[in-house]
Amino acid sequence: MLSYALRRLLGAIPTLLILLTLAFVMMRAAPGGPFDADRELPAQVKANLEAKYHLDEPLYQQYGRYLWDIAHFDFGPSFQYRDITVNDLIASGFPVSLKLGGASLAFALLFGVPLGMVAALRQNRPADYAAMTTAMLGISIPNFVLAPLMILLFAVYNDWLPAGGLGSWQNYVMPVLALGTAMMAYVARLSRASTIEVMRSNYVRTARAKGLSARRVVWVHALPAALTPVVSFLGPAAAGIITGSVVIETIFGIPGLGQFFVQGALNRDYTLVMGVVLFYGMLIVAFNLVVDLLYGWLDPRVSYS
Amino acid sequence: MSSRADEIEIAGAPEKGRSLFSDALLRLRANRAALASLGLLGFIVVAVVVGPWLSPHDYFTQNYGAIWVPPTMTESHWFGTDGLGRDLFVRALEGGRISLLIGLVATLVSLVIGVAYGATAGYAGGRVDGVMMRIVDILYAMPFLFFVILLMVFFGRNILLIFVAIGAINWLDMARIVRGQTLALKQQPFIEAARMSGASPFAIVLRHIVPNLLGVVAVYITLTIPQVILFESFLSFLGLGVQEPATSWGALIKDGADEMGRAPWLLIVPAVFLAVTLFCFNFIGDGLRDALDPKDR
Repeated sequence: MLSYALRRLLGAIPTLLILLTLAFVMMRAAPGGPFDADRELPAQVKANLEAKYHLDEPLYQQYGRYLWDIAHFDFGPSFQYRDITVNDLIASGFPVSLKLGGASLAFALLFGVPLGMVAALRQNRPADYAAMTTAMLGISIPNFVLAPLMILLFAVYNDWLPAGGLGSWQNYVMPVLALGTAMMAYVARLSRASTIEVMRSNYVRTARAKGLSARRVVWVHALPAALTPVVSFLGPAAAGIITGSVVIETIFGIPGLGQFFVQGALNRDYTLVMGVVLFYGMLIVAFNLVVDLLYGWLDPRVSYS
Repeated sequence: MSSRADEIEIAGAPEKGRSLFSDALLRLRANRAALASLGLLGFIVVAVVVGPWLSPHDYFTQNYGAIWVPPTMTESHWFGTDGLGRDLFVRALEGGRISLLIGLVATLVSLVIGVAYGATAGYAGGRVDGVMMRIVDILYAMPFLFFVILLMVFFGRNILLIFVAIGAINWLDMARIVRGQTLALKQQPFIEAARMSGASPFAIVLRHIVPNLLGVVAVYITLTIPQVILFESFLSFLGLGVQEPATSWGALIKDGADEMGRAPWLLIVPAVFLAVTLFCFNFIGDGLRDALDPKDR
């Protein structure tokens, strides 16, 4: 398993290299430099600035430097915020985003799996249709629609929840719901399909024939197998939550990475934007690896060879 | 189900034999949710295409004598007006035109790339297949959405760029599905027969493989269009999509969200349009998939 993990990490290197190269090319190809302010800077100042950020070197040298720095987890200085490195910004924004994303994922799993399993165990009965229509609604209402509608209902018309900011747990309720609902709906659909399949399998029939209670069959025999597709969905789910958090953090004014990304893109803070993208890329690679290892633990038929 | 259809044909009643396709059509017709969605979607499409011509208003004329008019059925502004006095009914339909158009065109772009790539990889097999699919794997791990956002920021909000960018990132799923199907199809006797009779690989892929992928492709299209619409709305919501005075559902939702305290209809109307459309597409796609591959029902 260790060698598998190592191989996977090595396999991620070309992915990250391409990502890094794309980031670098786009950063250079973008029209307008980071120091093209509204007010034209004196030539000498501009030259000094460019020298400081090594923008005066030939491109291949800049590329090499960028590669070297990233290999040392140094994302460089922010162009917009003076004297603050991108590392600082990531360090301040990531914990916030992690809390929000983790809570949303937990919400999606805690409600999605039971919803899907209940629907599967009552297949083609009213409970099933109700659960699946709810899930379809969850998939069809995008988070950037859900979020303002919730604000309208819970913050504007009724003063139940704060509309933004990060003070107490109440601040997290609406962002987590907005970010987690679509994910919950996907999880519910996945676990319904897999539960139906598992409940028809031979070993579940055997367990039933042995005279085990229905509860034991579902919880002990069916649940782990029914969960495997959900686990493999966690990789894309995490990516979806990351992108979703870009919008959600903007709507609710949450100072996380997503907010930094949007602000950075609008302010042309190239190093910040590229740093966030690279960081996300690494995060997704790492997360996918964890998910695959978890998968093997859950499903004994999977072997890492 | 397919094996039953085969048996009927083998039993010697070819005129009554049901093809996979007609079988699927029957099952789809039995799926009331999918049928209702199809009808509703058809209604929305007609409304979006025809509606703006029937209204006395247009989507860009500003009328400062009628700003923030709430929705009324009696007057001419059915869905109300925005802060510039523009009629929301026409703007919602006009936004629908753009959203649906982007959904269709970008899906087509990804379809063409995905089918060509997947069928080539699957049919070629071996090392070519390995390399091509490895590339897809690598691309899968890219946070493309961020690159699209950056493209929009760097190179301006060009509607053509939106089409191409969305289409170019959505073909990966299609390529994988088509490749898998092609690998299975390749083993079929009729492909061998075509090869024996001297058809070129290109002709085999185009004339014999691709037509047999239609079912999968149909499911994929209905499930990709809502994804693309959603994606465009997402971009527009961030202020990176279509530009004023042109609009899309996402752009309207953004405007509405900014003014929801004062004029909630500006948010609710486009939100309902978008959600209902996505709902319909998803239900139809689900229905199609169940009809073509009914093992879960």
